[in-house]
Amino acid sequence: MSQPTTQSKPPQPQVAAKPQFRGWVPISSRLNPYLPPIFITLILLIGNLSFGILESYSKTLLAIATAIACEMVLGRIFLHKWPHPASAYISGISVGILLRSPAFWPYALCSALSITSKYALRVRGRHIWNPSNFGICAMLILASQAVASLSIQWGNNFASLVVIWVLGTVIVLRAKRFHITLTYVVCFIALSFLRAHITGDPWRAEIAPITGPMYQLFIFFMITDPKTTVRSRIGQCAVAVAIAVVEFFLRLNSSIYAPLYALFWVGPTALLIEMAIDSRRARLNGETLPQQKAARA
Amino acid sequence: MKKAPIARILVALFFAALLAVPWMVRHLSAPAKADANPGAQAALARYGFSLQEVAHASGIDFVHQAPMLDSKLDGIMPEISSMGAAVSIVDYNRDGWPDIYVTNSAIGSKNHLYRNNHDGTFTDVADELGIADVNQPGTGVSMGAVWGDYDNDGYEDLFLIKWGRPELFHNDQGKHFTRVSDQAGLPPWINANTAAWLDYDHDGKLDLFVAGYYPEDVNLWHLRDTRMMPDSFEYAENGGRKYLFHNMGNGQFEEVSAKVGINSRRWALACAAADLNGSGYPDLFVANDYGVSELYINDHGHFHEAGKETGVGFAPKSGMNVSFGDIFDQGKFSIYVSNISEEGVLIQGNNLWVPQAGATLKYDNMARDLGVELGGWSFGAQFGDFSNNGNLDLYLANGYISLDRQRSYWYDFAKVAGGNSSIIGDAANWPAFNGRSLSGYQQKRLWLNDGEGKFVDVAQAVGARDTYDGRAVALADLWNTGALDIVVANQSGPLLVYKDTPSPENRWIEFSLEGTKSNHSAIGAEITVFWDGKQQLQQISGGNGFASQNDRRAHFGLGKNPRIEKAVIHWPSGTVQTLDNLTPDRLYTVKEPS
Repeated sequence: MSQPTTQSKPPQPQVAAKPQFRGWVPISSRLNPYLPPIFITLILLIGNLSFGILESYSKTLLAIATAIACEMVLGRIFLHKWPHPASAYISGISVGILLRSPAFWPYALCSALSITSKYALRVRGRHIWNPSNFGICAMLILASQAVASLSIQWGNNFASLVVIWVLGTVIVLRAKRFHITLTYVVCFIALSFLRAHITGDPWRAEIAPITGPMYQLFIFFMITDPKTTVRSRIGQCAVAVAIAVVEFFLRLNSSIYAPLYALFWVGPTALLIEMAIDSRRARLNGETLPQQKAARA
Repeated sequence: MKKAPIARILVALFFAALLAVPWMVRHLSAPAKADANPGAQAALARYGFSLQEVAHASGIDFVHQAPMLDSKLDGIMPEISSMGAAVSIVDYNRDGWPDIYVTNSAIGSKNHLYRNNHDGTFTDVADELGIADVNQPGTGVSMGAVWGDYDNDGYEDLFLIKWGRPELFHNDQGKHFTRVSDQAGLPPWINANTAAWLDYDHDGKLDLFVAGYYPEDVNLWHLRDTRMMPDSFEYAENGGRKYLFHNMGNGQFEEVSAKVGINSRRWALACAAADLNGSGYPDLFVANDYGVSELYINDHGHFHEAGKETGVGFAPKSGMNVSFGDIFDQGKFSIYVSNISEEGVLIQGNNLWVPQAGATLKYDNMARDLGVELGGWSFGAQFGDFSNNGNLDLYLANGYISLDRQRSYWYDFAKVAGGNSSIIGDAANWPAFNGRSLSGYQQKRLWLNDGEGKFVDVAQAVGARDTYDGRAVALADLWNTGALDIVVANQSGPLLVYKDTPSPENRWIEFSLEGTKSNHSAIGAEITVFWDGKQQLQQISGGNGFASQNDRRAHFGLGKNPRIEKAVIHWPSGTVQTLDNLTPDRLYTVKEPS
């Protein structure tokens, strides 16, 4: 899911920052890192108070606590500082919403896997999987006897849809990532009609998934994650198209968790391609790679 | 990230260990399972009982026929017509031998009443008694049956649960049945799958609770349109209404559900009544498809819904069964509610609601801890002591739609089920089944209670090896041998009769109750047997499980060399009767003291 910081442009060479009186920083800017956690918490609370979407508060709290604890420990070890907990909080809350299991341990394990993947699976100092996407996919594949992902939840009604769309749109607009969401939605709908044509199923059946809550979380909070998406605007749109296309084929193959798996494969692939291009460009220009700079930072 | 080689290695190891956890959990916490098919003698020696399927040998060759509904539903007909196989046990002619009533669900098909011939065989007498041809065109089809002596004349009457015109048949002294639905004042059409007799107001006359599934204005054979599906798969409240028919005592019933506080349009699939809070009045537990369960606490004739406050009505699942069992031999009922579990797709898990200690009625779901959580696409379940060792075991029927073994409908099901209500609520939007299965060909579960807090699945080992689409389960000592036999109604499949052979070393005791001040059927009466420092509570039920009703007689296993202290009967009238000097291996017929 989305991380609390945005990264729409490559890191620029550092220049000495002017001393700035903290009071001059607009309040909204200071709140920026907290907005995604606040919004996703709002979604969680509204969803749970109106429909009781959570398996239980205790399982969600376990997921959040595990994510934050892992982040703190691993961040301290690798970054030699206490990391901001907002990112882990979002990952934990995502696990709490998206994972469904009658047992407790999958929530803790999924959160731990999500956060640890950020530190264990890195290429040139950058983690390449969206943490919660990785964690949930890993659980669906490795622990299928114990977990499923949210699919029939949130009352299937229009009110919940509107709530998530409004809050989600606010968040991705602020993060300047609405084009990713829009591109994916347009592609999904177009490919739905193509699938309906191929399978002979009602087109509404093919459209149905995107009208459900799992997709709202997916398109607003998962595929727009700044840390695990490519930098250029065109590249981001291309990745959204690629996710929709891979999902299209997975769906033709009756893969129930097609969007999650599509992101699982396409996201890292896109980042690796971007790194390769950066590397080649840097070699030609004799520059330092942006991701190397970022890693040093 | 700064270079930290040792830390990197450690985090890589930690990450690998995390990835290995599911594998370890799968192997360490795999539900205990018995050896498959060790043979009847070995099963008897190892587990204390064995089962033998004897339907055909007993003269029962019944195969359920599913309904064929409006052609607008053709694409998903296997799903819509996936219920209707039901079974209930009744001694309709008071000869002291349990008989079997089984429903059929195709228009024009006939229900069967298998009279017990006392020699191990049964004869279908439904036609001659007038309760066979009950699925006529224009009247809907049978979904279940519950028996209760509503007029206290000593003979069990029949309420037929239907998608269609509900029917009440008066038992004319075991010689014939007379249709009295109109005189009783029943509504013209209910699409129900469950009902239960109970005396909710303790007036000594049996009342009837009926819980709708589809709305009552839907005629599944003549649909106005295809918008008849639930509007949510977890929060649907557009199902059928609930009815509580108060017995006026003159052959008429008054519908009082709203008056007594029962208002719900959830999609009910199972219900059962028992006094869960010790008030002396029967409470109602309703398991709902597409939503949370409901628990109606009976406040001396008025109900309030207490699902959330008791803990049973929080997580929405696909409730399909309600059965009560004193599984810890402590004088309290636990409640088993079946749901759906399909590996990799949907893990709802069945619920075993165990009451907490203390005065407040609260439940914990201990299905996982006790090993009875995962049972596939689960339907009917019943508690019973099959080995007569003194602990209640659990039989579970399962399997939804068994068609093409190689092709599954799960992808399409999940695809649409998560969509907006305007899409899922319309049957026309659902992809066609085209012969695919949906959680079909599943192995049944027979969980043996080890008496120490664990259940072990011994179904394959003891002989319950069918893979039909199981629906209703009813228990009875069919041959009066002191063993609990299992009758299973399968959707579009044969009626199965599993004859139980328990270890002869284990003893038993049975009670047949007859109310006088209370309703004659003694429905709602509680019997507690005290032996060897243990106690076990059972009740006489007016319908439980899924579309089923057990034998009226209460069966208790006692184990080896039991010393019975006493049995205490709490009659619905409030009378408490204590029985002393009981000896095992006997059926006691007990009349309520007047």
